[in-house]
Amino acid sequence: MVDSKHQWKAWLYLAPAIVLLLIFTVWPIFNTIRMSLLEGYTTMQDVAGVSFNFGIGNFKNVLEYHGFITCLKNTILLCVLTVPISTFLALLIAVALNSIKPLQRFLQTVFFMPYVTNSIAIGMVFAAMFNMIIGGGARPDSVGIVNNVLEAFGFEYINWMNAGSEYWANIVVMVVYIVWNALPFKILILLGGLQSVNKQYYEAARVDSTPRWRVFTKITIPLLSPMLAYVIITGFIGGFKEYSSIVGIFGEKMGPVGQQYSLDTMVGFIYRAIGNNEGRASAAALILFGIIFIVTMINLYVSKKKTHY
Amino acid sequence: MKVVLQNLTKIFPSRNKKSGEEVVAVNDFTFEIPDGKLIGLLGPSGCGKSTTLYMISGLQKPTGGKIFFGDDDVTELPTESRGVGLVFQNYALYPHMTVKQNILFPLQNLKGADKMSKAEMLKRATEAAKLVQIDNLMERKPSELSGGQQQRVAIARALVKMPRVLLLDEPLSNLDARLRLQTREEIRRIQRETGITTIFVTHDQEEAMSISDMIVVMKLGVLQQIGAPQEVYDDPHNLFVAKFLGTPPINVFEGAVSGGKLIIGEQAVLDVPGVADQDVYVGIRPEGFIPEENGPMTCNLSSVEVMGRDSSLVTTHTASLNPLVRSIIDSDIKVDPAAETVNFSLKPHKVFIFNKETEDRIYFEVN
Repeated sequence: MVDSKHQWKAWLYLAPAIVLLLIFTVWPIFNTIRMSLLEGYTTMQDVAGVSFNFGIGNFKNVLEYHGFITCLKNTILLCVLTVPISTFLALLIAVALNSIKPLQRFLQTVFFMPYVTNSIAIGMVFAAMFNMIIGGGARPDSVGIVNNVLEAFGFEYINWMNAGSEYWANIVVMVVYIVWNALPFKILILLGGLQSVNKQYYEAARVDSTPRWRVFTKITIPLLSPMLAYVIITGFIGGFKEYSSIVGIFGEKMGPVGQQYSLDTMVGFIYRAIGNNEGRASAAALILFGIIFIVTMINLYVSKKKTHY
Repeated sequence: MKVVLQNLTKIFPSRNKKSGEEVVAVNDFTFEIPDGKLIGLLGPSGCGKSTTLYMISGLQKPTGGKIFFGDDDVTELPTESRGVGLVFQNYALYPHMTVKQNILFPLQNLKGADKMSKAEMLKRATEAAKLVQIDNLMERKPSELSGGQQQRVAIARALVKMPRVLLLDEPLSNLDARLRLQTREEIRRIQRETGITTIFVTHDQEEAMSISDMIVVMKLGVLQQIGAPQEVYDDPHNLFVAKFLGTPPINVFEGAVSGGKLIIGEQAVLDVPGVADQDVYVGIRPEGFIPEENGPMTCNLSSVEVMGRDSSLVTTHTASLNPLVRSIIDSDIKVDPAAETVNFSLKPHKVFIFNKETEDRIYFEVN
């Protein structure tokens, strides 16, 4: 404990952080709650001195808003698809990386590259890969590499993301992109976890003639479970906040040409309500917070049962 | 199961490729470990004892030489197929499994004809747990156990599959002094009850001496001596072995042999018939001194430590290589603590002389 005589010093040292947190975290949270409870709140009107009714009208408004269900559906769908896929792939890659000796450092760097690359830039590259420019002719004028590969294997071209593309194709593009984007961080965490596992457990398993698959499922996975839990929980939290990746590929309209906002997400919904209806944005933000909170609680509850620490 | 090592050698390549200096961890070991015995591999750190153990387990591959279990050449056999039980220095219990799951684990790996039913496995695991007296801790996790209990679980896990050879790497080094005494007796008992050939590694000579049927003394990858503990203690083949075994340690002096007499300092302390004149090292066990008024060897007395059963005389001598010369005498023999000097006669079979160059033992006739 700090001597009470010196407590003011402790406060002094904490002050910069506390002040910043108050201004940029505590106040915004408080203000969000306030705005969400003032029906039809907008900043402009607030400044102009208009008074608002207190109530849950904003929440009703959000739930009844025409685009909201699409946003919720897209967000949940992307989460449910990308988190398991990226976690599973990251686990495989981390285990593979951990068990090879030559070029390990080099490959670690390669797999980490997406993490330090701008997601909008990556989005543009992915957009180019899936792109298909349709001119007047029977065949598209130009297709991206993905369709070239499909053609090489004898498949038809697929309109992944351009005008007239189907929803499932859009989702595939998004899943591929989000998974690819999420891998480096997960690989990093899991690889770190693998490398901190005491090698003697593996030696002990060898002495006891344990088959490889059993070593993986009975020793590696349980010892890695805290890292897996972390990766899954942060994956879900990140997934529910998906926004920039969609903008990166489909642009600000969040959908193929002619199907605006078909891939809209919760954050997109909130973002667009800012500036014209902050009350609705705040309510939506709180709803998103509630969803993330519940999902995280479920995650924690499950991981507590499944992890051994 | 008899274990035979034949010209076993392990060379670790140097880390720094330019200097190219290799480390010979184990150099040309040849010895036979008889069936059903408890063997201690003994030596200071870096002597290659753990490497030897890991080569027997198969976790490390020898650079040269062969290993036999009974008549089977297992040198090329992977660890998985050797059927050894290994207790690691840090036990390596799986932290996420209970004691029961840990002990069951090796049994669940068995395949083909060895495959057991669940009930059979449980029976075997319970037997193993009973043997090491942890059958009341089956549902606990390793983190909820004391060091000694973890040690027992590790032994149970190694024993449960009835290994051909049981290997223990520094099994007592993580235990406190009292538990160490108790556990080493346990290891002795378990080994007796199971009759499994057991090899353990230790740097603690007392530990090795007290429970082994046979000890193997090593130094810097070279086998020094092998034999029953008392034999090796009474008949060390070189100065290193003499110094390594025994508490308190042997007293070493610079000396010379001249005309069949052993000279320490200025005094002729012992007849050593049949030894040519030369400078030598002299090792005298603490129990080799007998205080006698007219004894031929004079030491300066510093203090007398009484320990009840016997006393320890702490003395100094100019020719001693150690700062103090310790002797252990029967407490019935009274020595005046205030005296300046004390005279000893020596028990010839407790005096060893060693060549000054090679440090090998020079034998003389003991009457």
